[in-house]
Amino acid sequence: MNLRKKYINTTCWVLALAAWVVMLISGLILISGHPYPYKVINEVSNFFPKVFLAVYIVSVYMFFYYSIGKSESLNILELLWRIFVTGLVATIFSLVSRGFLLSAPEALPKSGLNQTLIIYYINIGLILIFLLAVFHVWKKFILYQKSKNLVIAWRVFSYFLLAGLLMSLLDLPVFGVLFNLFFGFIIVIGLYLSVNLKWVAYLNFKQKWKSVLLNLLITFWLIYFIYFLTRFPNGNLFFINITDNITVIAVFAFVLIYAVFSILVTLFNLPTSSVFEQKLEEVISFQRLSRSRNTDINEENIYDILLESSVSAVIANAAWLHLFQEKDMEKQTLHYQISSSRRQEIELKIDAKTIEHLHSPEEVRDYPLKKFVLNIDDDEYKSMLLFPLFVQDQLIGQIALLKDISDGFNREMIEIIRTFVNQASISIENQRLLLEAIENERYKEELEIAKRVQGSLLPEILHKNDDFDIIAYSRSAAEVGGDYYDTYRIDQDKVAIIIGDVSGKGTSAAFHMSQMKGIFQSLVQMDMSPQEFIMRANHALGNCLDRTSFITISYFIFNRATKKIEFTRAGHCPTLIYQAKEGRVDFLEDSGLGLGILRDDQFENYIQVNTKEYSSGDIWLLYTDGITEAKNEDNKEFGYDRLRELVKEHCTQTPEEIERVILNELTTFCGTKPPSDDLTLLVIKFK
Amino acid sequence: MVEILSDITDDIYKIQVIGEVDASSSIHLDQSINEATKKSKMIVVDCQELEYISSAGLGVFMSYINELKEKKIKMVLFGLSEKVRHVFQILGLDQLLNIVNSYEEAKNLMNEL
Repeated sequence: MNLRKKYINTTCWVLALAAWVVMLISGLILISGHPYPYKVINEVSNFFPKVFLAVYIVSVYMFFYYSIGKSESLNILELLWRIFVTGLVATIFSLVSRGFLLSAPEALPKSGLNQTLIIYYINIGLILIFLLAVFHVWKKFILYQKSKNLVIAWRVFSYFLLAGLLMSLLDLPVFGVLFNLFFGFIIVIGLYLSVNLKWVAYLNFKQKWKSVLLNLLITFWLIYFIYFLTRFPNGNLFFINITDNITVIAVFAFVLIYAVFSILVTLFNLPTSSVFEQKLEEVISFQRLSRSRNTDINEENIYDILLESSVSAVIANAAWLHLFQEKDMEKQTLHYQISSSRRQEIELKIDAKTIEHLHSPEEVRDYPLKKFVLNIDDDEYKSMLLFPLFVQDQLIGQIALLKDISDGFNREMIEIIRTFVNQASISIENQRLLLEAIENERYKEELEIAKRVQGSLLPEILHKNDDFDIIAYSRSAAEVGGDYYDTYRIDQDKVAIIIGDVSGKGTSAAFHMSQMKGIFQSLVQMDMSPQEFIMRANHALGNCLDRTSFITISYFIFNRATKKIEFTRAGHCPTLIYQAKEGRVDFLEDSGLGLGILRDDQFENYIQVNTKEYSSGDIWLLYTDGITEAKNEDNKEFGYDRLRELVKEHCTQTPEEIERVILNELTTFCGTKPPSDDLTLLVIKFK
Repeated sequence: MVEILSDITDDIYKIQVIGEVDASSSIHLDQSINEATKKSKMIVVDCQELEYISSAGLGVFMSYINELKEKKIKMVLFGLSEKVRHVFQILGLDQLLNIVNSYEEAKNLMNEL
């Protein structure tokens, strides 16, 4: 694309230069009086300079069309500066050449005439370059924020100018009827186009002054060139008097009109430019407040931006922003051009009741705007704007803006402060939500880790002997839970098994569960009786459980040598036993007391140890209350009977099958209701 | 959710527990028993409308056993449903707490203790 543009630019230049050179040569031949060798050529030779002038104009036009017209960005001052410089170069050359002509008037008539022609042609070339440059810059200005109509008007305008160029070859009488009609029409369109001066509004105060100055100079060049062209000595003798050219005249008139319009409009816009700048700043402030969703902008930044933007939006003399700390309502204050002591002084003078009763963003929205403003009795400051800042329906701060004139805040100012405060609220809210989300994500990860750690506390391999098979299942209601089971092979014959449930659930239960694991693993290695085990466990837990926590356990020692099970129950769910010989299923309803309930020696009195023989086909079902107390949608519990019936019904099956049946039944029973407690199930079947 | 009502008649502080006592609502139970221990030496807990009690709720009763003994405060629970009573029994708390059927029995027991 760039290469193509360059190519077009170069082509235009070369074409323009060639046209100009041919125009010069043909002019020189004509003025020398030597006829061309061919009669045909002689007859039309008078037209040569004119034709090539037209080619020259078109070439230069095309050059600017591609170099100025097609560039995307619009830097008004830079464009003005460029045409100003072009004009300056043309003017200097023109002045120097004039000086040269005046200093040597008709010294050498023949060669002098040649020189004058050359100088005249060069001048015309330069003036046309300047003129077309201005023309294109004006085009760019006019089509700034273009509409369809405007584009059409411009196209018509340029076609007419092109037509004018062709007409100029016809030697129409200057200011004849046709000429005037044509010229008048071009000027009308030109005037219509000239009222498009939207670019002026986008200049700030300083830029407006600059553009006025540049425009004045450009206008000056234009006027000078018109003067030069109309007064050039013997201008008419050089075959291409461009003051006869309808297009050139029209373009001159048009650029001059537009330059004058620009100057006038810019001048008249000077007093209001501060308002426009103010509005622009408000928009920028608003954007800054809205952009603060980025993580690198924190809440403090938002407060700073809010204070800064508010001050500049209402042109306040001083301001502060109170921020209430969430809990103790202690204030933290940001100050703008006011000391803390002065602020306190003023605070005593104001009646803060005006906004104190506003407790929600809705109330603020419905509150009359003018009530946010109060006049104050102070030497320095006369009026004040107080506005509350809410985030997530909670009052988190208050912004106060001060002015040294009374009634210094108009409706628009209050409105803009309200907008800023709202936007800041949204930004802060977003900020907080984002942080919260990040924090939650972290907690989730922590819990995930806790879950993994706890999972590793439950045994991966269950100890057993040749007499029985065992299978276990455990599931927590939350990420972590308080159910516990473990096994330990004491010696060749004895295997210890424990099942436990910590009161409460979740994280605290999980901690106590890990304590229970520590106690079990320490005590079981000492090969002690269930009586002693449970006593020592109670004693140890008494020192580490909190006031309202306890742990229920059942502790078993399976002995292959004696074919007996010694066991004790400390407040845990009664074990369900299927005795194959009698075909009976019973809960072992013996007495016992949960660990940690009595933390002194009295606990001993509540321990009961039982011994039971086992035989082939017997099933011992160990579980936690997560199974029996599981509820369905009707708030009914799964219950003991259902469990008993299931075991009875499936007593011939393997432990795996029994476990699956119970869990399936439980899932069906609960339906859509999620489990509210941790549940554990151990199925032991004797061979 | 649980609702707990309390009143004092004839020096007997009565706590009525209505609904379900679980991990979160057990705090309310703890507060009202704590309140009762400060105001009276005789506490009866009406469990007629206690539908469910979790281990956390049991933990609350458990935690007062020693304190009541030390301060010589008498506490009697009455009107437990079979299901709730079973929960107390399994844990063994029925051995440590005074549990009777009716308010009358509770009052009588209070005088005997």
